[in-house]
Amino acid sequence: MTATTYEPPVAASRLGAGVRAWRFVKRHLLTVYAVLVFGYLMLPIAVVILFSFNDPIGRFNYVWQGFTLEHWRNWDGVLGLREAVTTSLQIAALSTLVATALGTLMAMAIVRHHFRGRGTANILVFLPLATPEIVLGASLLSLFITARVATGFWTIFVAHVMFIVSFVVVTVKARLVGFDRHLEEAAMDLGADELTTFRKVTLPLLAPAILAGALLGFAISIDDFIITYFVAGPTQTFPIFVWGAARVAVPPQVNVIASAIFLVAVTLAVVNVIISSLRAGRRTQGA
Amino acid sequence: MGAFLHRHRGITPYLLLAPGLLWLGLFFLLPLAFLGYQSLQSGSFPNYSFTWEVGNFAKAFTDFRPQLLRSLAYAGLATVLALLLAYPLVYWIAFRAGRWKNLFLLFIVAPFFVTYLIRTLAWLNILADEGPVVGVLRDLGLLGADGRLLATSVAVVAGITYNFFALMALPIYVSLEQIDHRLLEAAKDLYASPTQAFLRVTLPLSAPGIVAGTLLTFIPAAGDFINAQLLGTPNQYMLGNVIQSRFLELIDYPTAAALSFVLMATILTALLAYARLIGTEKLTG
Repeated sequence: MTATTYEPPVAASRLGAGVRAWRFVKRHLLTVYAVLVFGYLMLPIAVVILFSFNDPIGRFNYVWQGFTLEHWRNWDGVLGLREAVTTSLQIAALSTLVATALGTLMAMAIVRHHFRGRGTANILVFLPLATPEIVLGASLLSLFITARVATGFWTIFVAHVMFIVSFVVVTVKARLVGFDRHLEEAAMDLGADELTTFRKVTLPLLAPAILAGALLGFAISIDDFIITYFVAGPTQTFPIFVWGAARVAVPPQVNVIASAIFLVAVTLAVVNVIISSLRAGRRTQGA
Repeated sequence: MGAFLHRHRGITPYLLLAPGLLWLGLFFLLPLAFLGYQSLQSGSFPNYSFTWEVGNFAKAFTDFRPQLLRSLAYAGLATVLALLLAYPLVYWIAFRAGRWKNLFLLFIVAPFFVTYLIRTLAWLNILADEGPVVGVLRDLGLLGADGRLLATSVAVVAGITYNFFALMALPIYVSLEQIDHRLLEAAKDLYASPTQAFLRVTLPLSAPGIVAGTLLTFIPAAGDFINAQLLGTPNQYMLGNVIQSRFLELIDYPTAAALSFVLMATILTALLAYARLIGTEKLTG
């Protein structure tokens, strides 16, 4: 992860002025391009945050009218919004917990053990990732209708666990592949049985990967609309609430919630990036 | 328990897999089987019966052919656009951003921190008839007769491109990041121009990322119905819109189920064609 430039130092005098000028333009062209694409990526986010401070005239929050903090102060002033956000958080927390446990165990089996049916298990884990969400949602609803299961909170939970598991497996697997098994062997040599070794050696070393898988799962669950829409029944999650509101007029409070989720996520991510950069910096200094 | 596991080491992987596989079997495979069963039913709500009604599948290519073709065209276009937008950007991050790489990667992931529906609704704001983008394009004379961006195919493709951008960008970044810089230095030492070095070293080595990114973008793009519904009109509807409305509004389960399978088969066919294209290119190149 060192910041080497791939162009080796060439004596400037050996290059013609034209070549140097062309290099200069080209290097900066790419930078300008990068800035423009970053702008494109950030634009809708800026709009969402900006319009959480808008003071719309009438029901539609499409045109900028004036600045107000009213919607931030009165964030749950819209009927059903608070319940929808709470439901989203509950489902995300519960389904992440279950999916992370199931996914970690599966990843361990697939990476650490050679057994009959390993390839099949691998494919079965990969398949939900390669299936369009609308098909996942439609097929689950099809099952629930046939089995006469009433859709609602628990059917959403079941669906979310199903599609988060694969993401957890992929994340944890990536980490397990580079795992030093000598540490576990050492623990066993010192008389620890398999369960103790797992608890005291394997689990702590895997913790960052499990956490990464869990965070990814939580983010995917809280953001999901398509699958949830099929299996939600009368239950409203935050995205479902937004969908309903979009058919009439989206209240600025929706922008407030979206901005708040965004700011929390970005803060966590930035802190994480800074910490890992500092650690990496210390490691290279030490070496 | 520990001693038991030690004596029967052979069953450990199955014990580890059992809960997860059970869940996937019950809530992924079984539902797909039910969907298959429903796709061959006929009748009208609520009295459907299983009659091997293959005609449900034929509808996809007759009644819903425009939506099917649109799904392919929009998803294909959005995938190509995302590739063209993302490649130079992640190239810049991988080779020019120095120690701020991770921070810039965060910019790519950031849109995912805003709920999918809401970032699509934000494009509704941006592309609105009174909005700045439409104003500028109208002044430049770049817009069609009605002077609108919303409710056009352009808006829908733009929305899909934006929504799945990170799925294209991240795999390419990972493959670029893994490139051994000494290879590029070697190319330079052997008198390759920067363009040659890029085309013959960097680009081939990033191919796995491009392939992964293309798959990850194309699959959700082809099944999407949100962008067409929010940014388009029924004239922009894709297969996803039909499945959604047949299933949830018209309560026509057999047709919706059959269309779901057609969607999956279409995606699979498109991906196989893509794989073949990549394969032959590699063979001839």
